[in-house]
Amino acid sequence: MRCGDFKTSYTADMTIFESRSARVMMGLFLCVLFTLPLYTPGFLLDIINRIGIAIIGAVGLNILTGFTGQISLGNAAFMAIGAFSCGYLGTRFNVPFYLSIPLAGIITATCGMFVGIPSLRIKGLYLAMATLAAHFIVEFLIVKWESVTGGVDGMSIPTPALGSYELNSDARLFVLIFVIVVMAVLFAKNLFRSKVGKAFVAIRDQAVSAEVMGVNILKYKLLSFGISSFYVGVAGALIAYQARIISPETFPVSLAIDYLGMIIIGGLGSILGSIYGAIFIKLLPELLRMVTTSLSGSYPELIYKLAAMKELVFGALVIIFLIFEPNGMASRWHRIKKYWKLYPFSH
Amino acid sequence: MDITFLLQLFINGLVVGSIYALVATGFVIIYKATGALNLAQGEFLMVGAYLCLNLLSKYQVPFWQAILITFAFAALLGAIIERVILRPLIGSHLISVIMVTLGLSSILKALIQLAYGTDTIPFPEVFPSAPVQIGPIPVSQGYLYAIGCVTVLVALLTSFFKYSKTGIAMRATASSQQVALSMGISVKKMFAISWAIAAIVSAMGGILLGTIRGGIDMSLSHMGLKVLPVVILGGLDSILGAIVGGLIIGILENFSGGYLDPLVGGGAKEVAPYIALILILMFKPYGLFGKKKIERV
Repeated sequence: MRCGDFKTSYTADMTIFESRSARVMMGLFLCVLFTLPLYTPGFLLDIINRIGIAIIGAVGLNILTGFTGQISLGNAAFMAIGAFSCGYLGTRFNVPFYLSIPLAGIITATCGMFVGIPSLRIKGLYLAMATLAAHFIVEFLIVKWESVTGGVDGMSIPTPALGSYELNSDARLFVLIFVIVVMAVLFAKNLFRSKVGKAFVAIRDQAVSAEVMGVNILKYKLLSFGISSFYVGVAGALIAYQARIISPETFPVSLAIDYLGMIIIGGLGSILGSIYGAIFIKLLPELLRMVTTSLSGSYPELIYKLAAMKELVFGALVIIFLIFEPNGMASRWHRIKKYWKLYPFSH
Repeated sequence: MDITFLLQLFINGLVVGSIYALVATGFVIIYKATGALNLAQGEFLMVGAYLCLNLLSKYQVPFWQAILITFAFAALLGAIIERVILRPLIGSHLISVIMVTLGLSSILKALIQLAYGTDTIPFPEVFPSAPVQIGPIPVSQGYLYAIGCVTVLVALLTSFFKYSKTGIAMRATASSQQVALSMGISVKKMFAISWAIAAIVSAMGGILLGTIRGGIDMSLSHMGLKVLPVVILGGLDSILGAIVGGLIIGILENFSGGYLDPLVGGGAKEVAPYIALILILMFKPYGLFGKKKIERV
């Protein structure tokens, strides 16, 4: 067991893996992760895929809200933009998935940067309201722009295929989704070791000082909106490929609130936190479903109240975390780890 | 242009707008006093409407008494929420306060759904329904009563803030918490009172909406988000602004519903207030009556 903190250089302080054992553990974890489809039943894999998509979205939102401090309630709309542009490219121009997913990300990033332009003038709760308004406007446009989006009926998405090899099962989608998850997490982790990421954090902590230190606020805020929307757009495109049929109702405001809940519960300004939060919030309805089905013998009406119960537990969790653990699961995990590292002799 | 149609839209807008004004007033009172953005305002409205409905149809309480009981309950609810949920978060980051009210709105919505289901429940008729002829157009009596109720409540609130000791103390708190504290005002108590008042005015808005629509369902909670354009237009910290803004947004909404919906095929009514919100934020971010706080970065 390692203990103590003996960093002597900045490079050592900034490494992702603090020791060789951590690196080995991560390698083992990835091996286990990517062999999951071999021995996991389909329905479980479906949930895991959803979690993977949620991780990408949550990391993206955390870059904007947790690291740059710009509150966005419009991420469901960005997700919709990603999903619909991916669907449009796929159905109209037969763009293969390995091009349509990044293209969907780029289109969403462009839209995100456009929404981000006013963020220089309006901030804090005004920005929250503006992004919420943007959500409703995008929703309206998606419903109205029938020639592209299919209107209220939505559109069906072609099966992603690599030549003649179709990604038509949960296991094949799993590989696609989790390759992207690993890339997304790795990029985000490295982003905050770089100049750009530090500029984001500086803007969050004290915008005036950041400006004085030579951080170009507009540029970095727009960049943050762009990167974050890229992530969210990619997540939207993956939702499209997973759900196969998308409509404006796939992306309600409550989805945006779910994602905010993920990063609050997981930990604002923490990549690891976004992952924990995404897993937790996506598992929550499944756990509730398990509990209610097991109780349905004695309380049969419980099953119809699942949606309401999910919302109740979600709201309660958000409030409890905000009051008792405002830094989220990531910080709690960190503290637990620290405690056990020095276990019987902690100071 | 058909003048009767225009007038009809105008009056509808005025009625809906007056309810927006009421709910927005609650929103502004909380923002002014505590600096918190209450995104659960729509759920307060919904809870008030359901409670009043319960009293009216289940316990057969007369309307005016039902309103008073609803007010008492709403005040209690508001104060408890402030004490239990909002007070521990005093001084924490903005996103925490926004998220905590979103969490609260989830909880209230879920509780109402668990108790009453998602179907529309008919609201008992409390105002006579026979329309009154005003000029060329017939106006439902319920509308007139609604506007009357809003006017009375706003007048009561205004005199409360102007003449009562508590009201003056609340204004002092809004102006400077530190000075208010040093003058012996319990700032925490003022916070609780402002949440209570906000819950009361929202509950009134819910009851009026119930009587006008003739039925209530979960969609009442959307009203809380509709209030955002109103408060942005009026200025986040101005009660007068909330009232003027409410009327303007209500009329704007009905006009765009009447004139734009046929052109675009529906939906313009819902989205117009939000387009207005973005435009106001771009050109006049502090609204019509808001206090300017200039910070350049």
